[in-house]
Amino acid sequence: MASDVNKLGVKTKWQDLTEGMIIVGSGTSKEFKTGEWSSVKPEFIEDKCKQCLLCVPVCPDSCIPVKDMKRGAFDLEHCKGCGICVKSCPFGAITMEGVK
Amino acid sequence: MGKRERLSGNEAVAIALRQINPDVFPAFPITPSTEIPQYFASFVANGQVDTEFITVESEHSSMSATIGASAAGARALTATSSCGLAYMWEELYIAASNRLPLALALVNRALSGPININCDHSDSMGARDAGWIQIYAENNQEAYDNMVQAFRISEHKDVRLPIMICQDGFITSHAVENIELLADNEVKDFVGEYEPENYLLNPKQPMAVGPYAITDYYMEAKRNQAEGMKNAVAVVKDVAKEFAKISGREYGLFEEYFMEDAERAVVIIGSAAGTTKDAIDALRAKGEKVGLIKIRLYRPFPADELAKALKNVKAVAIMDRAEGYSNHGGPLGADVMSALYRARSQALAVNYIYGLGGRDVRVEDMESVFDALKQIVEDGDAGETYRYLGIRE
Amino acid sequence: MAYNFKETMNKPERLAPGHRMCAGCGGTIAVRNVLRGLREGDKAVIGNATGCLEVSTFTYPYTAWEDSYIHNAFENAGATLSGVEGAYNALRRKGKLDETYKFITFGGDGGTYDIGFQSLSGAMERNHDMVYVCYDNGAYMNTGIQRSSATPMYADTTTTPVGSESNGKMQNRKDLAAIIASHDVPYVAQTTFVQNFKDLHIKAEKAIYTPGAAFLNIMAPCPRGWRYNTPDIMEICKLGVDTCYWPLFEVVEGKWILNYEPKKKLPIEDFLRPQGRFKHLFKPGNEHLIEQFQQEVDRRWDELLYKCAR
Repeated sequence: MASDVNKLGVKTKWQDLTEGMIIVGSGTSKEFKTGEWSSVKPEFIEDKCKQCLLCVPVCPDSCIPVKDMKRGAFDLEHCKGCGICVKSCPFGAITMEGVK
Repeated sequence: MGKRERLSGNEAVAIALRQINPDVFPAFPITPSTEIPQYFASFVANGQVDTEFITVESEHSSMSATIGASAAGARALTATSSCGLAYMWEELYIAASNRLPLALALVNRALSGPININCDHSDSMGARDAGWIQIYAENNQEAYDNMVQAFRISEHKDVRLPIMICQDGFITSHAVENIELLADNEVKDFVGEYEPENYLLNPKQPMAVGPYAITDYYMEAKRNQAEGMKNAVAVVKDVAKEFAKISGREYGLFEEYFMEDAERAVVIIGSAAGTTKDAIDALRAKGEKVGLIKIRLYRPFPADELAKALKNVKAVAIMDRAEGYSNHGGPLGADVMSALYRARSQALAVNYIYGLGGRDVRVEDMESVFDALKQIVEDGDAGETYRYLGIRE
Repeated sequence: MAYNFKETMNKPERLAPGHRMCAGCGGTIAVRNVLRGLREGDKAVIGNATGCLEVSTFTYPYTAWEDSYIHNAFENAGATLSGVEGAYNALRRKGKLDETYKFITFGGDGGTYDIGFQSLSGAMERNHDMVYVCYDNGAYMNTGIQRSSATPMYADTTTTPVGSESNGKMQNRKDLAAIIASHDVPYVAQTTFVQNFKDLHIKAEKAIYTPGAAFLNIMAPCPRGWRYNTPDIMEICKLGVDTCYWPLFEVVEGKWILNYEPKKKLPIEDFLRPQGRFKHLFKPGNEHLIEQFQQEVDRRWDELLYKCAR
């Protein structure tokens, strides 16, 4: 059975931790919202986007979801605002304060 | 049915491993354990096992690969001695904290320096706090029997901890003695198939192992781990009972030799127990009430049971084949004395350091220990509690 | 192997967000794009040496990995995955497992060039069917930017600080890709984030699907350690390649292949200038240091051309 990370908080008793500190399952980090790290976020100007997807591989935080060959809105719950995607866009479809 | 043979301890353990047919055996040579992977390599070469035998480039890697294999869902083990065990140090802790039921066939040898290839227990004693179950043998038969029982203990769902099966370097590992082997199918049935609950190669469910844990979790993780060790005592006893049914050989947490009415006792680990038994036989023939406790299970330490077995003893000599450099004696001495203290024992206890680097322990040496205990009883005082046996001075 | 960029980007993500790597980290860019080399449907076990990537992607109870994952220690990612791969072979042989698994391990340059070097060498020599990926950011970043044997000469690190008597690290980088190639493994490659990740993707796929041991060395800039403007990572990588500081090459079954030759080889200053760790090289009077750096880049580039021409 997959580990329920919401029951494995810092108040969890020793009896209730997973044996060997293993986590059964995958991608549980989605529950940890790194978007709080930064107040400056990229803005996606959809009208200018040509769906070239060049911004997708440069994101260190997997915050540009792709579905059916098209990118969607930024995952701002996890985006740390590094600004790399802004520079990767040839069409000016991504802007962010402080990044030219 | 049992088969009578004449084997060295290393060959006996290798045969046990062939019968167990483990999934993965990463190995690196070091005297005196080298023969175990050597024999095993010939089993692999001749198609007698299905094992993935990985000839790694160091002991650190042999334990690392064993951990990887075990986490992946394989029944895995390795073998080593001395500096090889020391080189695995951090990995021993990682194996235990990951709750991996892997095994290590340890052939006890002195740690460097000076470099020395002969027996003492400084290697495994140094690893006593690593969170491993440690089981020791007096002779080749016990080494074999313990190896056969190893995975049943370590894989038990209440335990899931790594296990170290120890035998004395050269004295046991290389001396050829009579032995009774179980039939291959008896071992296979006794050990059973390994069916891990969670493992890396489980196609139904991925798993992550080896996290970073912040302070809020670390202490609870350690307490959780300690529970496995607490449960291990009962499991060691249960597995021994089942083993007795197929082998006729009975094992407990420790062996008591003439302890019913013993007034003086020796507590010892490993092959020197045999020498001590000879000394006891000679002294008993003269009517002296002497006895022996030979520790089989050293981790977890059976403190309460041991204190109970020593409750009528007036004086006890605890024999350490390893220095502790505490200026008070060795690790077994510390464990036994603490057990006696907790049980409010009135026994007078001394701690001997003996047999380091393969120093021979003779029957007369052990007789001298019982003589010393006699003096202690007469004096009503233990005198110097930190002693060396058989040292030139 | 054909590279369809959009289809590659359309693949499911195998590294989840919510990990705690720094904003703009090159390490996770490397990981995400290597994992896209896996075919959909194939399972993987990911190994990881201790380092930034490990402590940030599996901080209990949060794993960022969509595949099974094992971290053991700092110096033994090669050996650990050897054991995992051994288990796979044994379980397959015993008929206990039908699925196809691939084995990929990640280590920083500290865990790969230095402390994990022996374990890596052993795993490569034994030719386990695995890929060892070094995300090389040229220092021990996790412990706070200490020099490693991958640190370039003259870099200012916390253990080779620039001072009145010091110009930073005194030694050249170890050429690890060449050393691993000398292990006679079937596939070794060096790459970084250029050409819309085509080079990296193709190499990752080859490394993963070449039977036997493979090694990928990926330059993965670290904004903290290199002190460049974080959004500029792609530009930094391009300069690394166009100055021939970080050539793109493969060694396939012992054959050296150059994958990219810049039309105009740029001077090394172009790569060094945007990075704070080389700031001291641009002080008046230090021109000879840049000259020496250039000479070393040239020497290595010529050597590579020679190897690839054979």
